[in-house]
Amino acid sequence: MTKSRLIDDGLFIQTDDGPRLVGSSCRSCGTTTFPRQESCPKCTRVDMADSTLPRRGTLWSFTVQGFRPKPPYAGPAEFVPYGVGYVELRGAVIVEAVLTENDPERLHIGDEMELVLRPLRRDEDGTEVLTFAFAPAR
Amino acid sequence: MDVAIVGIGMHPFGRHEGVSGRQQGAHAVREALKDAGVSWTDVQFAVGGSHAAGDADSLVSDLGLTALPFVNVSNGCATGGSSLIMADSLIRSGAHDLGIVVGFDKHPRGAFDTDPASLGIGSWYGETGLMLTTQFFGMKAQRYLHDHGISRSALAKVAAKAYYNGSLNPNAWRRVPLGEEEINASAMLSHPLTQYMFCSPGEGGVALVLCRADLARKYTDKPVYLRSAVLRSRLFGSFEVFSPWLAVERAESPSEQASRAAFEAAGIGPAEVDLAQVQDTDSGTEISHLAECGLCKHGEQEELLRTGATRVGGSLPVNTDGGCIANGEPIGASGLRQIHENVVQLRGAAGVRQVPGEPKVAFSHVYGAPGVSACTVVTT
Repeated sequence: MTKSRLIDDGLFIQTDDGPRLVGSSCRSCGTTTFPRQESCPKCTRVDMADSTLPRRGTLWSFTVQGFRPKPPYAGPAEFVPYGVGYVELRGAVIVEAVLTENDPERLHIGDEMELVLRPLRRDEDGTEVLTFAFAPAR
Repeated sequence: MDVAIVGIGMHPFGRHEGVSGRQQGAHAVREALKDAGVSWTDVQFAVGGSHAAGDADSLVSDLGLTALPFVNVSNGCATGGSSLIMADSLIRSGAHDLGIVVGFDKHPRGAFDTDPASLGIGSWYGETGLMLTTQFFGMKAQRYLHDHGISRSALAKVAAKAYYNGSLNPNAWRRVPLGEEEINASAMLSHPLTQYMFCSPGEGGVALVLCRADLARKYTDKPVYLRSAVLRSRLFGSFEVFSPWLAVERAESPSEQASRAAFEAAGIGPAEVDLAQVQDTDSGTEISHLAECGLCKHGEQEELLRTGATRVGGSLPVNTDGGCIANGEPIGASGLRQIHENVVQLRGAAGVRQVPGEPKVAFSHVYGAPGVSACTVVTT
């Protein structure tokens, strides 16, 4: 079995349904951030709690990355254009992410999307590095 | 104590093999001094910056070691605007009578490669391929066109105007007019924006000599007055470049905030503007920034483009020197280029790209990472 790891453990929280994105929620004004942060950018207070983010949301905007980015981009050696979008997670927060769909004609603002994990690259020892992405919801 | 711009200088924008960014900055300073009829030893203070081409204050090694106070400004895309605000305050406060502002830069080819850590973002953001300004501009255009019912064909119209204006500007980088078909057919970099709808990181330098307004006639018979210069960062709820997340609620952008404050401080309304330079990192942002700066209504831009209103001879000439799209973006110099162009136009010295009818009020607007905007109003 292939070993795998998450790209950054700080972005995720383990649940019975597998890893979910985690942000911070302000105990004072309810603002949610992603990823976690120590203080609230809205009310300025330093009183944040972990907040597991919804798995599903709607596409707020999108583009398709058409050329290979310079480092620190660490994607696969053979470049394939990838979708990028902002997904509004049920009134909580709008998260930026890679999209599994890279055909702009098949993406529309308002589309229903869901969280998936997908391989980005492998570490030197062969460990698969997984990152989060959003896929059109089935 | 009002402030006047009495000298302007520029090193042409583009690619200059073997010429450092600092040399381009020093060239711009010498040109601005010549234009104002003053020498470096007359300059009481200097403010300036570059993003990637060295410390501006090191220019004293080339320009002359006169012991003047020289402040480096490092404020991303708003470096030029911020330098100008500093200089304006130093004169307005009565601390100095005459000073210089300089911005220059020299970037390698290709998109900017910013380190996420410099903005407090984790390395995952860059590794997964999200650390690109171009993606933001693609998504901003996508959302803006969607929200305001503007068709994608408007994007090529903006770029075609930029290249046409660039072809009339001897200091521009891109001096060949390009048609809408060619612009649409170029490589799709970040849907819906193609290669020729984007500006490129480039090289260049700009300098401005500023003085107390009551002394301006000593240096020039065509002073241009700096009525306001305002800088704003993000509000909670705005949608800005390099944002791993956004609030669900929307707020005004830094461009909306800075432009409104600039007009208020100047006591001049957007309707009085005779020409404007607005940040056109790409075609989409020329469209959105026009409305964010109050120069038109949201959604009205397509009609303005269709009727040619934003061309040099139109009712609201925009980016008359070709903007970022035709000049490229040397970060430290870019905002000052806009003011240079506004001064040239208000002096009536723009030659074949001169805005007709003796323009009296000009506006400029820069926008950049991680969500800053600087706006100015200048008048004859």
